[in-house]
Amino acid sequence: MKKRSSGFFILAGFFMLFVLFLYGPTITIAILSFQGPGGGLTFPMQGTSLHWFRQLFAKQAVGDFGAALVRSLMLGTMVMITTLVFSLLAGMAFRKRFTGSSVIFYLALASLIIPSILISLGIGLMFDRMDLTPQWFSSGFGSHLTWTLPFGLLIMFAVFNRFNPAYEMASADLGASDWQTFRFILLPLLAPSLLGVALFGFTLSYDEFARTLMTSGSFNTLPLELFAMTTNVTTPVLYALGTLTTLVSLACILITIILVRLLRRSLTKTA
Amino acid sequence: MTTLINKKNVASYWQSFPLTLVLCLFLVFPIIVIGIVSFWDYNEYSIIPAFILDNYEFLLTSSVTWQAYLKTFEYAFLTLLLTLGIGFTVAYFLAFHIRSSAMQTILFLLCTVPFLTSNIIRMISWIPLLGRNGLVNSGLQSVGLIDQPLEFLLYSDFAIILAYVHLYTLFMVTPIFNSMMRIDHSLVEAAIDAGASPFQILKDVIIPLSKSGIIIGSIFVFTLVMGDFVTVKIMGGGIRANVAILIYNEISLLQYPAAAAGAMILLITVIMMLVILFRLVDIRKEL
Repeated sequence: MKKRSSGFFILAGFFMLFVLFLYGPTITIAILSFQGPGGGLTFPMQGTSLHWFRQLFAKQAVGDFGAALVRSLMLGTMVMITTLVFSLLAGMAFRKRFTGSSVIFYLALASLIIPSILISLGIGLMFDRMDLTPQWFSSGFGSHLTWTLPFGLLIMFAVFNRFNPAYEMASADLGASDWQTFRFILLPLLAPSLLGVALFGFTLSYDEFARTLMTSGSFNTLPLELFAMTTNVTTPVLYALGTLTTLVSLACILITIILVRLLRRSLTKTA
Repeated sequence: MTTLINKKNVASYWQSFPLTLVLCLFLVFPIIVIGIVSFWDYNEYSIIPAFILDNYEFLLTSSVTWQAYLKTFEYAFLTLLLTLGIGFTVAYFLAFHIRSSAMQTILFLLCTVPFLTSNIIRMISWIPLLGRNGLVNSGLQSVGLIDQPLEFLLYSDFAIILAYVHLYTLFMVTPIFNSMMRIDHSLVEAAIDAGASPFQILKDVIIPLSKSGIIIGSIFVFTLVMGDFVTVKIMGGGIRANVAILIYNEISLLQYPAAAAGAMILLITVIMMLVILFRLVDIRKEL
């Protein structure tokens, strides 16, 4: 393995094709969303303009896109905070075996694996039977948590597996209370990973479609709006919406990466 | 380590309580409700509490169901095969051919970014490429390889499988990469010293040692494809149907008991396949 073999170049080429396959289509629609007013869904470009982005914000053109965006952002934030707190707590709980721990673990795993349409149907029916109106902030919120919490838990497992408990023991030996140990030792050390959990929680909720189908009530979230558009919108306004939401996701990822780096730096400085 | 842990053992119960509560409220109870409603009766306006087997009887005797299951398994099998091939190759490249761990992390993150953006957008982004007047067709026509646009590219089984591979290969790369990173490189060196060919190393050292990652990835891809209706609806152009599409259509028609029966059968099918896969790996040990 010391010298670059011909195998390396073949595999590197394969990897590059894979990355192109992953990003290529999205980049294509990003370019096409800047079509001129006369442009269609495919190349060639009929001039360039921001026409389709303006159309997006003109309310009568494509449903109530602005309100759907706001709802998705609010739901994403609620899900993010809940996922962060609940996964951290559960991650700490799972550091030791306790009665029922494997039941909870397999439930979380089931939550991840069970088809989304089942969760959506089940929660929708449950609310219907209890005479509750499904709302994005109640039934929708719950259905998103069944998707984000297992991811959060799995990340916390990975984090705690690599976590050295010596720091906590040292802190306890020096007379710190459990709360002090948590606040001044555990939390700062875990902060970068917790940001990762938050990022997952937010973006998974922000993009979730299938679990929102029967649980969002009468107001659409953004993915539902998008899904409706795929069947009845045949203009590049669809691409403009796609480009815009992708940019929001990318912004979240970038902000998280920057925050993680800043946190790591301040940690090494104080250490 | 044990003293610290035993002292705080009680804490585990309240710490895991919020997670448990959410899972009971929004996972366990809803599934019980589906189970109950699947035996209910319904008419055009409402669902009626009862205990009838009609929903299941109709479901299991309908040829539409069987065809949909056949189609679903076909999608799942083909997707599994393709994602496994691509995912393994990508993970192998990252784990064994990239030397610096910083570079490994960067390239791996590059693969994960698309996973964090909307599936629906990633699907519609194939339209300008595969459509009748899309890039692929116009490209092939301009070089003279074809004189009519290829119709099978979009709104077809081909488009569905392509979208699955696009969406889910990452679910294969991540666990396989994870288990490959734990393989001790001295084992590979030893195999080289003992005169093994690159193919033998792959077959007798690397594949057996990354088995758990392969199985975990397969579990993810399989269950995602089995329960999917969005991809089939968008990429199949509304004329293809798998199991989840049948359930989705019944939901749209407010035939909830029928949808619930379909959902129970789907759940049982997925669980049966998972039991087989889980036999091959202890997932808790792998985390």
